[in-house]
Amino acid sequence: MAPKVKLPKPGELSKIEFKNPATDWMDTPVEFKPGTYCWGAKEKDLLTLGLPNPRQWSPADEDWKIPDGWESTIIEGIAERLSKYRSFKVFMDICVRCGACADKCHFYIATGDPKNMPVLRAELLRSVYKKYFTKSGKFLGRLAGARELNMDVLKEWWSYFFQCTECRRCSVFCPYGIDQAEVTIIGRELLNLVGLNIDWIAGPAAACYMKGNHLGLEPHAITGNIESMVDDIEDITGIRVNPTFNRKGAEIMFVTPSGDLLGEPGIQTCMGYLMLFHELGLDYTWSTYASEGGNFGFFTSNDMAKRLNYKIYAEAKRLGVKYIIGGECGHMWRVLNQYMDTWHGPADFLEVPVSPITGTVFENAKSTKMIHISEFTADLIKHKKLNLDPSRNDHLKVTYHDSCNPSRGMGLLDEPREIIKAVCNNFYEMPENTIREKTFCCGSGSGLNASENMEQRMRGGFPRANAVKYVREKHGVNMLANICAVDRAALPALMDYWNPGVGVTGVTELVGNALVMKGEKERTTNLRFEDLPGKGGNE
Amino acid sequence: MKVLFSFLAVILIILVATMGAFITNLHYVFGIIIPYLAFAMFVGGFIYRVVKWGRSPVPFRIPTTIGQQKSLPWIKQNKIENPTSAFGVVVRMAMEVLFFRSLFRNTKTELREGQNGPELAYGSAKWLWLGSLFFHWSFLIIIVRHLRFFLEPIPFAIQALESIDGILQIGLPAIYLTDVFILVAITYLFLRRIVVPQVRYISLPADFFPLFMIMSIAISGVLMRYFYKVDLVAVKQLTIGLATFQPVLPTGIGPMFFIHIFLVSTLFAYFPTSKLMHMGGIFMSPTRNMISNNRMVRHINPWNPEVKVHTYEQYEDEFRDKMKKAGIPVEKE
Amino acid sequence: MYKGGKIIASLIIFAALFTIPFFYNMGKVNAGPDVALDTPAIQRLPASEQQCVESPEFMKENHMQLLNQWREEAVRNGQTVYINSQGKKFDISLQDTCLKCHATESASNPVVLNNPANSTGVSNPALNASPEFCASCHDYSAVKPLCWTCHFEPKEAVK
Repeated sequence: MAPKVKLPKPGELSKIEFKNPATDWMDTPVEFKPGTYCWGAKEKDLLTLGLPNPRQWSPADEDWKIPDGWESTIIEGIAERLSKYRSFKVFMDICVRCGACADKCHFYIATGDPKNMPVLRAELLRSVYKKYFTKSGKFLGRLAGARELNMDVLKEWWSYFFQCTECRRCSVFCPYGIDQAEVTIIGRELLNLVGLNIDWIAGPAAACYMKGNHLGLEPHAITGNIESMVDDIEDITGIRVNPTFNRKGAEIMFVTPSGDLLGEPGIQTCMGYLMLFHELGLDYTWSTYASEGGNFGFFTSNDMAKRLNYKIYAEAKRLGVKYIIGGECGHMWRVLNQYMDTWHGPADFLEVPVSPITGTVFENAKSTKMIHISEFTADLIKHKKLNLDPSRNDHLKVTYHDSCNPSRGMGLLDEPREIIKAVCNNFYEMPENTIREKTFCCGSGSGLNASENMEQRMRGGFPRANAVKYVREKHGVNMLANICAVDRAALPALMDYWNPGVGVTGVTELVGNALVMKGEKERTTNLRFEDLPGKGGNE
Repeated sequence: MKVLFSFLAVILIILVATMGAFITNLHYVFGIIIPYLAFAMFVGGFIYRVVKWGRSPVPFRIPTTIGQQKSLPWIKQNKIENPTSAFGVVVRMAMEVLFFRSLFRNTKTELREGQNGPELAYGSAKWLWLGSLFFHWSFLIIIVRHLRFFLEPIPFAIQALESIDGILQIGLPAIYLTDVFILVAITYLFLRRIVVPQVRYISLPADFFPLFMIMSIAISGVLMRYFYKVDLVAVKQLTIGLATFQPVLPTGIGPMFFIHIFLVSTLFAYFPTSKLMHMGGIFMSPTRNMISNNRMVRHINPWNPEVKVHTYEQYEDEFRDKMKKAGIPVEKE
Repeated sequence: MYKGGKIIASLIIFAALFTIPFFYNMGKVNAGPDVALDTPAIQRLPASEQQCVESPEFMKENHMQLLNQWREEAVRNGQTVYINSQGKKFDISLQDTCLKCHATESASNPVVLNNPANSTGVSNPALNASPEFCASCHDYSAVKPLCWTCHFEPKEAVK
């Protein structure tokens, strides 16, 4: 591994030069600056997954150890994907380069590198498409915006397709709906054909494939982690909750990203789930086999995503549950909402989800039979089935970060807000252009939340952090709520860097704190063992 | 350089057109054969391109949701930007195609130094939307207006459109609003490609070429109307001749007409090979034209592949002892 | 999912829109307007008077500017005489100068209608029911003259 790179100070990072290079982008070579890129995928992970060209390599090396004939592998890969994806074909053909997407990308805003404009990122691939698949590109070459595929181009692809978090913000502003996420997804598939993935994606994907979750937690580790959360809950509330694992015949299977099983503030969100389900007396089970809601295969290839996603329906079928509730996660919900049913449906062995508490029938999930925890909780709150004491969150001034995927690949916008408003007394929205469908990425999505690219992550999250800073200065916001495990992993670092003093929480953690459970003892601390407002020993 | 190349290409085309216009023997080619060819290439090429797109399936339902989903009954769904009905999609597409809804959202991001460090601000930026809207609508009205040369008798609607377009009654013949709008709009679209550094950086010759083409078409049209007049009646005899497949070539039309029609023909022939196909493409864009009912109705992928999976049995075989020790139920003891 | 049916239907609409002229004009004969430059009214004039205020080529391209100029002269400047490029004088009057030769009598004159010889040769007179001078071209190219907002329109022009 390369020596650890020092992270520049925020003052340096926020000096962004929006100056184009003197040379045309086709003549501007890609630069690999330490701190801005991720390590290459490891040999053992590619072997586990059966992906092409497993070997040890480093992006910092001149030789990436790509097998001869890789050009035709890529060109054939493009041809195959053109015939499989109308989106790809149309998006390659119809861009007019109006530039509306340019300053919508968090990476462009924060780096000023023109190749981070969605339009130019797509052009990296489009130029090759033109050369090999259009007449104008073949004959006019560069005049038509076409160029040959060579090793420099391949490295450039690798660099920039792993500087896109597939957040789809550009697609909101594009007059034709061109979605750079779609181009990036295909670009990464092509790179994977010659063994070019990043460690932070291939590692979790391999772990998930073999062990059921990205963190590689083995079954006993999962139960062990949850047991310790159960102990904590007992300490705080005096109530011992009793989660079950791989239990056949339960009504509901619960799947959440494994990020909720390890590390703060994920585990507090998980404690929130445990307390909520216990309080409702929900007949549900965890699974150690389908112990991952997220899907890093989605950042590798369509096939890989399908391979990982298989476990959810397969396990629901094996356990004989009626339907599935999914936890708080971003890209997980893009996959569950827009892909899972197509891949592995029809889920005719499940039933249309009905809340056992309120009787609400979730018609919106009548085919996939999987509902979001926020939908489930918002319904409970609306029917006043929860005894809530929002004053326990009074020390928090909360703002809410919409995760990219639930916003632009699903439209889950108001449900979490309904919940937050019911469990907190102080809720403030960030500026209009930075929330809901126009939300900014945390800068670490789509598998980029490694540590070696910290500088790039802090850049990518700058627009998000800056919006938080705005409400912090205006309203004194000190807590950033979200419904995404990647956010919970990435935002604390981002806040420490740009807005020290702002914490990060899952929405269900807020619920867990406000939830007055039947027979609980008087709580003195929140789920983080911090004194509750007005209950602290020192006050 | 990119600009210059496109500019020279258009100049070359104009020179060819001028040659055709001043050599009477070539009038049949420039006035009849080339327009027919160009029209066939346009319609045929357009259909070919769309069919080519259509031959690839849409394997996943991937609308970009730009508003609240349909979930619980009391949460207000955005029925247009996150549509769950075909009607919603039709409205959404109509808003995109007719009013450029997404471009209307455009903002301008600014980084400035605030009191407590850098601030990102997002201002409204509607000029691109306005310019594009004026450009496209003017173009459409101009094309529809030109039907007066291709229809006999001329339907009332086209005459009405013509009078509205000339409503200001300035000048003789009266100035068309759309002529002014299209020239202003296209100048704006051109200038922003030159002036805005980011847009200049991403622009290709293929972005300047159509701008120059359309500009030269509009200018030649205006010149023909005011300065280098042509015999309108003879022009219409030619165009009706084309439309009835009884081509005639009246004498004394005037050279500017041949320049104009050659430029138009070039644009039509070029259209299907270029980015101008966004006209058809926008209707095919899966992020906009799909119903967002993913969890309600299963979408079928015609090539849904068989993939290698790691089954529960394999998993239990690997971890059975650890599972038993942790008290997790197993299938095989 | 292909949605092939929808694509084909849309393409048919597309092709239909762009081929409207072919269908609209189907079966029609390409008949230009019938511009009679030697109407009986003109023939009755002495040979020296048969020439229009300016040459036919000039009139074809610029009659609108000339009429506009006449209006300006007569209404605003009180001028009643126009001196043409040959130095010849004409009364500035739409009614008495222009319409004297053009667009009078002809409609009611069956001789004109039945006489193919009156055509300029480029068109089929049988299809031009209205021999009215202004309307024939103006209707053909859908250009609405503004003359009749003040002047009485010759009734032949009303179709």
